[in-house]
Amino acid sequence: MKVGVVVFPGSNCDRDMFHVLTDVFNLDAQYFWHEKGLPKNIDAVVLPGGFSYGDRLRAGIIAAHSPIIKDIQKLAEKGVPILGVCNGFQILVESGLLPGVLLKNNSLKFMCQWTNLIVENNNTPFTCQFKLKEKIPIPIANGEGRYFVDDNTLKKLKQKNQIVFRYEKVVNGSSDKIAGVCNEDGNVVGMMPHPERAVESEINPIDNKPSSLIFESLLNTIGVEN
Amino acid sequence: MSLERQELEDLKSKIGRDPTSTEVQIVAAEWSEHCSYKSSKKHLKMLPMTGPSVIFEKGYDSGVLDVGDGYVVTAHIESHNHPSAVEPYGGAATGVGGVIRDILSTGTRPIAIFNGLRFGNIEKDPQARWLFKNAVTGIADYGNCLGIPTIGGEVEFDECYSNYALVDVAAIGFGKKENLIKNHANKGDLVVLMGGSTGRDGIGGSQFASDSLETEDRSAVQIPDPFIEKLIIEAIMEARNLHLINAVKDLGGGGLSCAVSETADTMGIGIELDVDKVHTREPGMHPDEIMVSESQERMLIIIDKQKLKKLQDICKKFRVICSVIGHVTSGNLVHVKKGKKTFAKISAEIIANAQLLDRHSKKPAYLKSIQKEKKLDSITNYSKIMITLLSSPNIASKSWVYGQYDHEVGIRTVVKPGQDASVLRLDNGKFLSAKIDGNPKQCYINPREGAIGCFEEACRNVVCTGARPIGMLDHLQFGNPQDPEIFWTFLESLKGITDFAKFFQIPCIGGKVSLYNETSLGPIKPTPIIGVLGLIDNTPLIPKKINNSDCLVIIGNTKDELGGSEFYEYIHRFVGGNCPKVDFKESKRNMNSVLDIIKKGLIKVAHDCSKGGLAVAVSEICMTNKIGCKISLENVPGENLPPDRVLFSESHSRYLLVLDKKNLKPLENLLQKNKVSYNTIGRFEGNRIQFNVRKKSLIDLSVDKALKVWMNSLENLIIHG
Repeated sequence: MKVGVVVFPGSNCDRDMFHVLTDVFNLDAQYFWHEKGLPKNIDAVVLPGGFSYGDRLRAGIIAAHSPIIKDIQKLAEKGVPILGVCNGFQILVESGLLPGVLLKNNSLKFMCQWTNLIVENNNTPFTCQFKLKEKIPIPIANGEGRYFVDDNTLKKLKQKNQIVFRYEKVVNGSSDKIAGVCNEDGNVVGMMPHPERAVESEINPIDNKPSSLIFESLLNTIGVEN
Repeated sequence: MSLERQELEDLKSKIGRDPTSTEVQIVAAEWSEHCSYKSSKKHLKMLPMTGPSVIFEKGYDSGVLDVGDGYVVTAHIESHNHPSAVEPYGGAATGVGGVIRDILSTGTRPIAIFNGLRFGNIEKDPQARWLFKNAVTGIADYGNCLGIPTIGGEVEFDECYSNYALVDVAAIGFGKKENLIKNHANKGDLVVLMGGSTGRDGIGGSQFASDSLETEDRSAVQIPDPFIEKLIIEAIMEARNLHLINAVKDLGGGGLSCAVSETADTMGIGIELDVDKVHTREPGMHPDEIMVSESQERMLIIIDKQKLKKLQDICKKFRVICSVIGHVTSGNLVHVKKGKKTFAKISAEIIANAQLLDRHSKKPAYLKSIQKEKKLDSITNYSKIMITLLSSPNIASKSWVYGQYDHEVGIRTVVKPGQDASVLRLDNGKFLSAKIDGNPKQCYINPREGAIGCFEEACRNVVCTGARPIGMLDHLQFGNPQDPEIFWTFLESLKGITDFAKFFQIPCIGGKVSLYNETSLGPIKPTPIIGVLGLIDNTPLIPKKINNSDCLVIIGNTKDELGGSEFYEYIHRFVGGNCPKVDFKESKRNMNSVLDIIKKGLIKVAHDCSKGGLAVAVSEICMTNKIGCKISLENVPGENLPPDRVLFSESHSRYLLVLDKKNLKPLENLLQKNKVSYNTIGRFEGNRIQFNVRKKSLIDLSVDKALKVWMNSLENLIIHG
C-alpha cells in the first residue's frame, strides 16, 4: 500500500507526516512534489500542513491551482481516501473538494494550543476505528482555522453526515464548532488539528491513543498488505 | 554611510591611495561596530570556547556541538534591536530570518527558535505595548511560516527600554556530522547569490545599529519574507545532500560587502564580482547600494563550475533565483565591477579586519549609592501583595506570547514552553534542553554578579529538565561603548560570565555583542543574555501529576538578596540593595545533586526559584498543577530573615522539588551525602496556596484565583491597556 504525501512550496508538516506514516504506522509513504503527477494506483493521499505559498492572498488558494490537484480530484472521484490537515484542509476547501471556507480565527491571532475534538462521523476512512462522540486530545496551530459555512450548507452538511469532528468547546468561532468535514462520499476528509503531532507518547502529554485511531482507521481501510 | 576621519586615514595608508566611494561603503559597513566588534573583540578572547564536544569549522557563524552517534547540534544568537525599535514587526521577523540562515550555513536544519524580548513599562506606556505586540507577531509569523517551532524565551519590561526594544533571537540546528558544510574554495569556483532580490531596504543597517537610536531611519530596516526563506532552506538542504556546496554564507549585517569580504578573508581567496549580475528588486541601483543593501533571505554560495547546473535545477524546482555574480580568484582581492568598470579593488584582509580599539573603562558613579539597602514600608496584607506580584507583567504567565508561536511543528517538542526549559528530542534518542535568561535589574545593580546570575539561572532551568549543560551562547547588550562607565559594565559582565564558564567548563559556542543601545532618554541597563544548551542522555524529567500529600523540598540557601527583585522594584518601587551572588561551589553541588536526583527518578517536578522568589516559584507549581500547598517558612534553609525576605529574595542556586513522600528518605540520604543545604518546607493538599510562619498564616490564596490573575493579566493589559 502506498500513501502519497503531497508537498507544496511552503508545506512544513510534510516531514512530520511522513515520519508518522512510515516510522510509527509502518505505511509505505512517498513524497510527491506538487508539480508531479500522482500514480493511479495510489492507495491514499495526505495533504500535510504548512504555509503553501506563504499563505499569500489567502491560505491554500494558490496551492489549489497546482498541477497535482487535478490528479487528486480524479482520485477523489474514484473513492481513494484523501486527508487534508491544517493547510491541507485549506487547500481541499479552496480547490472545491470540500465545502466551506476557512477564515481568520476570531481572536485574529495564530493559535497553538491543545484542544479536544469530538468524533461526529465514524464512517470515513480516517475515523472508522472510533466510537461515535469519542474525545480526541490534539493540538491546533493555525491563524486561518475558523471553518465557516452558511446556514443552508450547514443544514446540508448535517443531513449528509459530513461533519466529521467538532471542537468540544468554542475554540476559534467555527460554524457549529466544526473542526473537520468530509465530502458527500466520505472519502475526502479535512481537519484543522494536527493528528501527526499527537500519536507519539513522547510528545503528547495527555493521551496518544485517540489520535492514533485516525491512522489506524486508514490502515484498516486500505488493508495491511506487504 | 561613512568612515570616521581617523578610519579613513587609516584606510588610505593601508591601500596607499584614495579609496573609491564603493570601497568606502564596503569598508564602512565592515568596520562598523556591528560587523567588526572593534570595541569588544580584544576582550571576548577571555571566554573559553573549546571543549571536548565543540567542533570548529572555518567561516561558521554558528557554534557546533557534537552530541554523539554521528550527530551535531548547532546554535547561534542574534539581536535586532535598532530595527525592532523603529518597526517592531519587520525588525523582529528579520531577526529570526537572520539567525536561521546562520544555522543553515553550517549545513544543519534549523529545528528551534528562542527569543528574549524587552520593552518599556507596558502598563503605562502605549508605545511599549505596541512594540511588544508587533514584535511578538513578527516572530510568530516568520517562525510559523518556516515551520520551525519557537519553543522558548523570556519577556521582560523595564523603564530603561522606553522608546526602544531589545529583540534577541536564538536558533538551534540539528544534523549529521558528515553533512556539515566544510567551507572551502578553489580558484575558478563560481560565486552564486541565491534567494531574495537585492533592494534598497536595509541600506546601512549595520551602521544604523552602530549608533544610538535618535533618528528613526526607516530605510535601514529590512523587509521580511519567510516564504522565500523556507524555499531557501529546502533548496540548501537538497544541495547539501548532493554535496554541491563548497562554501556558504548568509548575507546579514553589511549585506554583500561583509559576506564577500569575510568569506574571502577566512578562506584566503580573492573574489571578483559584477554587480550587474546581482538580481535586484528595482532598476538603477548604484553599485554602492547593491554592495551594502541588507535585503533579506539571501545566501552566498561558492560552488564548483561543474556542479552549477545541478544547483540551478534545485533552484528552479523551488522557484528561487540564483545568480552567478562572480568567481574565486587567487590572491585576496575583493574586486567589484559593474560590467567592465571597476568600482572597488581592495584586499579582503583590510576590509575584514578593522582596527581593534582599547576603550577606556571606569566604575560608574551610580554604583556607589545603589547597592545600599533601604528601610521599606512594612506589609500588612501579604496575600494582596502576592496577587499584585502574580499580575506583574514580568511574572504573569506568558501564554499570550507563546500561544501565538507554533511550538509543536517538527514533532520534537517534549517539554513545551511555559516550563523551566524546553526539551527537544533528537534522532539519536537523546534530548536537548535549552533556555535563555537575562536579568537587567540585577545587572544594573551589579553588572558582574548579575551576569553570573543570568548564566546560573539558565543552567538551573536546563538542569530542572535533567540536562547537563554542554554549551553556552552569550549576547552582551549595552549602551555606547565610548562612555567609559558603560564600557566598565560591559567588561565586568564579561568577566563574570567568563569566570562562571571556566569554573563549570561550559564552553561559549557563540555570541554577539550589541552596543549603542541607547535613545535620547539614555542608555539601557546592562543586558547580557545567556543561552544554555543541555544534553539528556536518557530520559528527561517531564513534570508529573502532583497528588495530595506529596512533599515540597527546597535545595539551596535563601539569603538577604532582594536587590533587583520584583518585590523591591514592582512592589516598593525601589531600585537598589544586595544583588544576589552565586557561590560557585554551592552552585555546582546543588546542580549536580539535582541531576543525580532526576536520574534516580526520585522526583515528579523540579522548578527553579528565580523571579519573584520562593513565593512565586511555589505558586507557579501550584497553579500549573491546580493543587494547593501548605508551606512552613521557618523551615526554609539559609539566613535567619524576616518573612518578606524569605518569600521574595531572589537568591540563586535554589531548586524546588516535588516528590512522593516515600522517596523522601532516599532523597535526604543523597542530599546529606552531597552536603547540600535543603529542607522539606511543604505538603501539597487542597486548593489553597498557604504560606505560614510557625503556624501563623501569612499568605492564604485560592489556587483558582491566583491562576486566573496569573494567566490573564498580560493579555488583559495588551487588549485593554
